[in-house]
Parts: sequence; structure tokens; C-alpha cells
Amino acid sequence: MSAPTPPRGRSGAAHAPGSKHTKLVVVLGLSAFALYSVAPLWWLLVASTKNQAELYGTNSIWFASIHLWSNLKQVFTYDGGIFLRWTFNSILYAGVGSLFGTVIAMAAGYGLARFEFHGKKLAFSLIIVSFLIPTALLTLPLYLLFSDFGLVDTPWAMLVPAAINPFSVYLATVYIEAAVPVELLEAARMDGAGELRIFFSIVMRMMTTGAATVYLLAFVGTWNAFFLPLTMLHNQNLWTLSLGLYDWSALRLESGVDLTSLVLTGALLSLIPLAALMIAMRRYWRSGVALGALK
Amino acid sequence: MSGQTIIEPRAEAPASRPGPGQRPARRRRRLGIQGWKGAGFTAPFFLGFALLFLVPFGYAVYQSLFLVQTSGLGLGGSTTVFVGLRNFTTALSDPDFRSAILRVLLFACIQIPVMLFISLVMALLMDAAKARTANKFRILLLVPYMVPGVVAALIWVNVYSPNVGPLTPFGRLLGFSWDFFAPTMVWPSIGNMLTWHGIGWNMLILYAALQAVPRELFEAARLDGASELRIALSIKVPYVRTALVLTGMLSIIGMLQIFNEPSVFRQVTPQTVTSSFTPIMFIYNEAFTSNNYNYAAALSVILAVFVGAVSFGFYRLTNRKQP
Repeated sequence: MSAPTPPRGRSGAAHAPGSKHTKLVVVLGLSAFALYSVAPLWWLLVASTKNQAELYGTNSIWFASIHLWSNLKQVFTYDGGIFLRWTFNSILYAGVGSLFGTVIAMAAGYGLARFEFHGKKLAFSLIIVSFLIPTALLTLPLYLLFSDFGLVDTPWAMLVPAAINPFSVYLATVYIEAAVPVELLEAARMDGAGELRIFFSIVMRMMTTGAATVYLLAFVGTWNAFFLPLTMLHNQNLWTLSLGLYDWSALRLESGVDLTSLVLTGALLSLIPLAALMIAMRRYWRSGVALGALK
Repeated sequence: MSGQTIIEPRAEAPASRPGPGQRPARRRRRLGIQGWKGAGFTAPFFLGFALLFLVPFGYAVYQSLFLVQTSGLGLGGSTTVFVGLRNFTTALSDPDFRSAILRVLLFACIQIPVMLFISLVMALLMDAAKARTANKFRILLLVPYMVPGVVAALIWVNVYSPNVGPLTPFGRLLGFSWDFFAPTMVWPSIGNMLTWHGIGWNMLILYAALQAVPRELFEAARLDGASELRIALSIKVPYVRTALVLTGMLSIIGMLQIFNEPSVFRQVTPQTVTSSFTPIMFIYNEAFTSNNYNYAAALSVILAVFVGAVSFGFYRLTNRKQP
């Protein structure tokens, strides 16, 4: 299921008539799409080097005098350095929540893939059905429920949902089914290894790549969340980056304070942690992500 | 990709095969204990699942059967009364709710095919490129996926902005006077933003599906004199049908709960992007601005059932016959 086909078949294209033409079309086409994908971020990079006056006054696709440093200082000091707080919160919710989520999902996937028990089919159907229901619709009743438990306006309101992810379980089940041989588990049981030990020292160790993919996807999901924190968190100190930037941007309409320059510099900064994680873990989403989603 | 079901792995695959010498009675007993152990591994997840999915859904259904009524002139306090299905009948005849759903559905019918078509073209180009070229482009094409939805919307709102954005002066140069926030332009503007945000990810899924197509098929077609375009249309596209269905379904589900992007647009044009612009915005507004939780719960239940039905219908429709 892994390993994309090596490009051996493509040698044929070199001999096919019109292959030079084809190659040119391919590269030009891909370049156009790449330009479309990157251009808004180029503009963002340029815009975040400008101060508020230049932002409104100068050519917007090229640099004016560079004010990136003072913009950064402003972002990090505005409102008592709350931006840093939001960064920390985002990393906490996505990083820690997904870590627990991955272990829980791998355990559940192991149970579903390698054991037989009553209600297993029903359990699996529940996971599939949950894909079809927009999570935003469960957020409102969840808010009412969490406020009964006193969880609203605490980090738990973000961490608990981040740790329970049906898609992670689905992926984990598929991966374990494909990669953990039954014979190996049987052999370990013969040798007297306990079930927990088998899970942690055999299954988890064999599934490092799969678990990393599950973690990465869960992380991105929580990192991108907006409706959940908007509903659950009213205390500014608990907000995420997305929510905080949204609020800064809203000030223009609500109270006439124009923080556009801060919003743009903050937006640029907010991309760094996820981009760093994605690049560091690109090995996993290259092969695992897409194939797992399709299996 | 050979398996045709996209969302049902082989859950019923035999988990533990009995060894040749094992007696059936002993096996059944072992299965019992092993079964409990297996269920134990899934327990933490399903406990959380119950708390986060089943209970809220049940709670929403329960809440939707009640209504907070203020007695008299509102001086005597309020009481919660059981009203049966009245919230549902109100919701189904609520013109604002209905037009929010229709607005999003109409938008979905245009934006999703456009986005998937672009993603497919990108995936086909990637598949036709040399592996090394494809690797270089992949990271560039995935850049938008790394941007959180709200941040993407904040960036685009400023790109569209007549004051700070680059597009308005560019349009002036060409003799256009674009207003990206005009009532007729809001959906195309949001559509472009969502397309920008979504094509990389969808391309990745479609590209992975293309990579799984047996290369010998192309060789044979090339020997028969088929052009690259012909190969793409007649061999590659039919092969990624399952992947297209999957990406289409995920897009529909995502679209019906669209909230972030219109909310950011609302900061710029509150007159055009009203508080009931999309179903979720309407529900959010009912719950937190009007404090009408019961009604919002009924709306949530209706929308959940509706979304489930639409995606199930879509799945059945597109998965009817498989090659």
C-alpha cells in the first residue's frame, strides 16, 4: 500500500511523439498553479514589512522601507504580549491534545483491527457515521454539556475534543490491519507477554510511521479549529492564534481601531509553527496521509 | 485502490486465526477473553466518543423539544416548557434558515466542481511530470493547506481590500474597477479563497490515487499511439473516480458547515454578509446572540440529518456502479 510506483513507466514518454511539447505544458501548468498558491503569501510577507502608513500608501507587491522588526516588536508587545500567550495556547492544544489523541486512537485501532468482540461492527459504523455529521453542529450541545461540567473557559474544552478523533481511529485501524501481522502477536502471547506490553512495545513501535501520520493530521485539525474555541473560550488568555487574530481584525469594525498591520504580521508569524512541523514531518504526509485516506 | 469501498475497510477480517491443531471449544473460550481485552483497548476512545458525539447529539434532540417562555410582560421570569416538535415546524418554515441552506447549497454546486476540476488537472500534471519535478512542486502546491482557515480568510480579505490589497490597483491598470465585497461578488470572492485553500490537499489525494494506476496500462496505450491527453482522459480519470467521490463528499460536508470564511467577510461587509448568511452562522447567532438555545438545538438536529442525508445520497449516487 505504500511506496508510490517508481517512475520507470515514464521512460516511454521520452520516446513518444510530442513529448517535449507535453513536458513544457506540464511544467508551465504546474508553475502557474504554484504561483497562484504562493502569491497571497508573498503579498503577506511584503505587507508585514510595512508600517501602517506604507501599507495604505505604497505599491503593495514590493517592499518599501523595511519595518519588519518594529512590526514584530509591536505584535509581541501589544496588549501585554498576549500574542505569545496565544501561540503557546495553540501549540498546547494541538500538540498535547493530539499526542493523547494519537495514543488513544492507536489503542482503539489495535482493538478494532486485531480482536473480535461483540458490537465491533456497530462501533465501526458509529465512527463512519460520525464523519458524515458536521462537527460544528455538535459544538453547541457540547457547549451546554461542558458548561454543566464547568469545563467551558478552561483548556480542557480544547484538549478533550482534540484527544477524541474518529478519523484518527479509522486511520489507525487501517494501518494496523495492513502492517501488524497476527502471527507476531500470537508469538508474543506464547512467550507470555501481557497485552499492554504487546501494544506498547510491539504495535506502537512497529507503527511509528502510521502514528506520526495520525498525529500530524490530528495536529493540523486542532491547529485550524476556530468554531470550537470561539464557542468554548471567552477568556482572552485562553484563546488560540486564529481566534486572537480574528479578534484583532474585528476591532476595526467594532471600535474603529485599525490593527491591519498587526493582523498581517501576526498572520505571517502564525504560519511558522505548522509549516515547521509539516516540513519536519514531510516524509509522513507524503506517503501515509493520502494513501491512508483512500484505503 | 483496488477495493471499491472507500470508507469501509475490512472490519470483519478474521482477527485471530486458529492454529491447525486448536480445538474449536478452546478457541471460543479464548475469543471471549481476547474479546474483552480488545474491547478494553477501544474503551478510552469510545468513552470519549460517547461524551463528545453521542451525548451531545442526544442532548440536542432533548433540548430541541423545549422552549423558554417568558410569562406576561417578561416580568414574571421565564419557564422552560415542553413544546414537542414545535421548534422543528418553526425551523422548517423559517425563511432565513431555508435561504441560508439554499444559498450554501447553490454555492457548493458551483465551487466544489470547480475546485475538484482544478485539483484533478493539477494531479494529472503532477503525474505526467518527472518524479523529481513533482516533488518540488508538491511542497509549493501544498503551501495553502498549511494556512489555518481563518488566517487564510484574513489574508484574502486584505488582498481583496481596496485600500491595502494588490488586486484593486492591478484591476485599475487593466481598466476594471473591482469591488470584491459587492453583494454579487461576495460569493465569487469567498469561492476563490476556498478554492485556493483546498486545491493542494485535494490534489494530494487525487495524485496518490493516480500513482496507484498500473503503469503498464499507459505503455500499452502509448504503443497504440494514444496521446498523453487521451491517456489522461480515458485511463487515468476513470481510475481516480473513487478518490473524486471521497474528496467531493468531504467537500460537501465541509461546505454545509461553512462558518469561518463568511464570518471574516462579515467584519468587512456586515450588510451583505448577514448574521444568517450560512446555516451555522444562523445557528450560532440564535444560540449566542438571541440566547435561544432550544431553537438552535432544533436547527442543529435538522442540519445534521440533512447533511447526513445529502452525503449519503451523494455516496450512493456516485458509487452505484464501479468499473
